[in-house]
Amino acid sequence: MSAHAIELKAAPAGRDTRPGLGRLTKVELRKMVDTRSGFWLLLAVVGLTLLSVVITALAAHEDQKTFSHILSNALQPAGILLPVVGILLVSSEWSQRTALVSFALVPGRSRLIGAKVLAGVLLALAATAVALVVAVVGTAIASTSAPHQWSLPLGLLLQDIVYVVSSMLIGIGFGAALLASAPAIVFYFAVPTALSALGSINSLHGTIEWINIGESAGPLTERVLSGHDWAQVLVTLAVWMVVPLAIGLWRITRRDVG
Amino acid sequence: MIEAEKLTKRFGGRAVVDDVSFRCEPGTVTGFLGPNGAGKTTTMRMICGFSHPDSGRAGVLGGSYRELPNPGRRVGVLLDASAQHGGRRGREALALSALTMGVEEGRVDELLALVGLDRPAARKRVRQYSLGMRQRLGIANALIGEPEVLILDEPANGLDPEGMRWMRGLLRGFAERGGTVLLSSHLLHEVDAIADRLVIIGSGKIVAQGSKEELLSDAGTLVRADDAAALGQALTVAGLEAREAEGGGFLVDAEPRAVGAAAQGGGVALVHLAPAGDAGLEQLFFDLTTDNGEEGE
Repeated sequence: MSAHAIELKAAPAGRDTRPGLGRLTKVELRKMVDTRSGFWLLLAVVGLTLLSVVITALAAHEDQKTFSHILSNALQPAGILLPVVGILLVSSEWSQRTALVSFALVPGRSRLIGAKVLAGVLLALAATAVALVVAVVGTAIASTSAPHQWSLPLGLLLQDIVYVVSSMLIGIGFGAALLASAPAIVFYFAVPTALSALGSINSLHGTIEWINIGESAGPLTERVLSGHDWAQVLVTLAVWMVVPLAIGLWRITRRDVG
Repeated sequence: MIEAEKLTKRFGGRAVVDDVSFRCEPGTVTGFLGPNGAGKTTTMRMICGFSHPDSGRAGVLGGSYRELPNPGRRVGVLLDASAQHGGRRGREALALSALTMGVEEGRVDELLALVGLDRPAARKRVRQYSLGMRQRLGIANALIGEPEVLILDEPANGLDPEGMRWMRGLLRGFAERGGTVLLSSHLLHEVDAIADRLVIIGSGKIVAQGSKEELLSDAGTLVRADDAAALGQALTVAGLEAREAEGGGFLVDAEPRAVGAAAQGGGVALVHLAPAGDAGLEQLFFDLTTDNGEEGE
C-alpha cells in the first residue's frame, strides 16, 4: 500500500490523447478471449473444426474428400459458434454491466462499437485461417482418387470468408440490438428454425427463402454462387446483419446506461 | 473540479433528480449523502455522461465528461463495484482498462498492491470476489490512470472496518495532493469519517450542503432533562422549535444559551445541554430516510 503510487503527476504525455481505434480493437479482441465463456467457446471452435475435418477425411464418400468440401465442413463450427462470441461481445457489456466501465473510458459509444466490429472481423479471419490450415492437413491425409482434389476456386474462397465474417457480424448485430445475452442467443438459433418451418408452407416458400439465413447462406461454402444466389444472400444479410447492427447502434448511442 | 448545475432528471414523469446544484473543489472530499433512491446514483451517472439530464448541466474539469479525449487519465470513476464480468480475472479487468487508456501494464500490479488484492486474489475470477474485494478492484480501476478527480458511488459498501480506515487514508491523501473527490453513501457514518464537505439529498432534492462545521453548527441544540414533559412545556413557552430526538431529549432549533434560559424559565433541571453536532446531523438524515422511505434506485 505505497502512497507514492497515486501521486498526482503533472499531466504526463498521453493524458489527453484519445485512444486510437487500433488500440480499442486490440482491447475488444482481448475481451473475446479473456473470459471463461469466451475462452471455452473459442477452444470449442478449434476442437470442433479439427473433429469435423478428421471425420470428413476418414469417413466421407470418396468424391467428397476434396479440399473445398473438407474446408466447407471445417468452417461450420466457426459459422455456428462465432455468432455466439459476437453476441456475448456486445450483450455482456449489459448483462455483466461492464458498460459502466467501458463507456467511462470511451465515452464515444459508436467508436467502441466500431472497435467491436473490427475485432469481430479480425477474429473471423483468424478462424478462417485456422480452418484453412486444418483443411489442408486433412486433405493431405485423406488419400483419395477424387478428381480435382485440391481445386478451390477463388470465388469459393471469398464466399467462405464472407460466410464466417458475416456470421460473426450477425452475432454482434443481435447482441447490439437486444442487449441481453440469453434472448439474443435464443433468437439467433430459433428464428431460422421457425423460418424454415414457415418456408415449408408452399405459398410462403418464395418469400421465406429470401430472408432465411440458413437457406441462403448455406450454399456460400458449398458452390460458386449464381447471380440469383448472390441476390438472395445480400437480401438475407441486409435483414440479418445490417438491420440489427443499425438498431443496436441506435439503441446504444441513445440509451442511458446504468 | 466537479460541477452540477440545476440538474434535473425525470423517469416516467417523476423527477428523481430535481434542480440539483453543487460544486466539488480540488483538495476536498465531498460526501454525497442520501437514503437509497434519493437520486445519488442518477446524479453521478449524469456527471459521467451515462445518462442525459432533462435540464441543467453537469461537468468535470471545466467541460463535459464525454468531451474528455481520454477520460480515464483525468477522472477516476467507480459507479458500481458489481459491474465487472464475473468470468474475468481481477487482474485482467485492470489490464483491459490500462490498455484502453494507454497506461503501461506494470501499473496494474502496483495498483493491485495498493488496494490490497494479493496475487491469489488477483488471479481469481471476479465472480468469486466478495463485495469488499470488488470495491477494492473498482477503486484500483478508478486510480489506474492517475486521475485528478475521483467519482465513487457507494465505495464503502461492503468494506470491513479495516477497509473503511484504509479508504479514508487513501482518499484523504488523494485530496491533500490536490485531487477532487466525490463519494456517495447512504450511511452517515461512512461519509462522516472521510468527507470534509457534505451534500445531502432526499427525494431528488438537495436538502443541505456545506462544510461539516457549517452543517454541524446549524444542527441545533440537544437538551435532556429527567422530567421530559416539563422541559417540553418550558421550550414551548419560550417559543422554541423543538422535536423529540432519537434516544431521548429534544433537538432544539436554537443556541444552547437560549435553550438554557428557557429551561431556567420553566424551572426544569437539565441533565444534558450541548450543540447537537453529529446527533443533529443524524436526526436530519433520519428524518430524510423515514420521510422518503426506500424507493429503490
